[in-house]
Amino acid sequence: MSLLRKIRDTGRVARPAPPAPQGDAPPLARELRGSAQVRCVDAGSCNGCEIEIGNAFGPVYDAERYGARLVASPRHADVALVTGPVTRNMDGPLRRTLAAMPEPRVVVAVGDCALDCGEFAGGYGVAGAVGDVVPVDLKVRGCPPSPDAIVAALRTVTGR
Amino acid sequence: MSGPGIAAVAAQVAVVTAGAPLLAGLMRQVRARLEGRAGAGIAQPWRDLRKLLRKEPITPVGTGPAFRAAPALLVATTAVTAALVPFLSTDTPVGRNADVILVVALLALGTVALALAGLDSGTAFGGMGASREMTIAALVEPTILLAVFALSIPARSTNLPAIVAGAVEQPARLASPAGLLATAALAVAVLAETGRLPVDNPATHLELTMVHEAMVLEYAGPDLALVELGAQMRLTVLLGLLTSVFAPWGIATGPSWAALAVALAVFVAKTALLGAALAAGEVFWAKLRLFRVPELLAGSFLLALLAVTASYFLSGE
Repeated sequence: MSLLRKIRDTGRVARPAPPAPQGDAPPLARELRGSAQVRCVDAGSCNGCEIEIGNAFGPVYDAERYGARLVASPRHADVALVTGPVTRNMDGPLRRTLAAMPEPRVVVAVGDCALDCGEFAGGYGVAGAVGDVVPVDLKVRGCPPSPDAIVAALRTVTGR
Repeated sequence: MSGPGIAAVAAQVAVVTAGAPLLAGLMRQVRARLEGRAGAGIAQPWRDLRKLLRKEPITPVGTGPAFRAAPALLVATTAVTAALVPFLSTDTPVGRNADVILVVALLALGTVALALAGLDSGTAFGGMGASREMTIAALVEPTILLAVFALSIPARSTNLPAIVAGAVEQPARLASPAGLLATAALAVAVLAETGRLPVDNPATHLELTMVHEAMVLEYAGPDLALVELGAQMRLTVLLGLLTSVFAPWGIATGPSWAALAVALAVFVAKTALLGAALAAGEVFWAKLRLFRVPELLAGSFLLALLAVTASYFLSGE
């Protein structure tokens, strides 16, 4: 069984957990208490942030150990991870995704584009930053943000 | 009725309800460790359920009674099944009614309720998940029935406590060809019925590969908590059924408090061990293509049929 040998040789690849972030949690997040289902919405990003989000949930950063989990439906979600500037085509779908999420819900804007349109500011297809379309509770800076920063934001939400 | 008997039924329902999320947490944790992750801890499914119960309930526009009743029906049928199957004791007040056909019918009722809810949600994925679930269920239910019938021939009864009590007294029945074939058939059927790999992937995010998940995409808040608890309880009940029927050691056969306490500890250990083994096995399996699933299930049906035939001929009558 080569896979078994691989598992034994690799051992644990998850990095030791950094100390919990000391930031002030959004008030709604306190009701979640250690569990946050996350729905990613790509509102028009270049996919750089998606790669970093994928890494944040990968084995090395392992965001799942803090109680965050990616889900397939906004109905199951507590957290919307929104990336990219909001394009005109994604303006409506983003609002509808938020409307489909049950309260209490938290919106995390990931990446510089989501915060101020970044590279794409003023583009003809851009409706605005995420904050112009839906209320944003948490911001993650960076282009793209490091998985550590994304994990830290998710830990603020789950409080673990 | 005897005190230990009533206590056994209450303990079965309580252990299955409280232990099901912990079993799911244990299986996720085993899988996480094998993948090199740290894992969220065994209690994470309980944290998820606690949070979901306090969220806002949402009933999507256009959904009807089938959608609203399904979560409660799923949990209720599974709880009744947990009371009937002799996990802890074969000497219970409900033991006389614990027929194999009733147990399989109750599980099927939960499956059908959820499939109807998937159709009722009116989304493309809900209907697709419901149709797939029914395809699988139609192949799985006869396999479960046949596998347990193979064991009911030596016991001369389809009453589950009678089958289990007979196996406790005569362990040779389980080592017979019929017993081994039936074990293999039921194991595959349980994997399919609980939506585990290689039939369905419980951790998938791709709607096109979903079976169980696709039906519950529209549930939110407390309803979703019930659906998740129901699915975890079904897994516990079916793994428990597997251990009770094929490894019945430790199950109390008389009204004794000491035997009941031992049975409780042994049941928890057996189910946790089987769950951990299943989670470890899943790391090595890939999901089957949907069109290959009927081949797998037809194979397990064949094993069950062979078990019944072997049981009939080798019993020497």
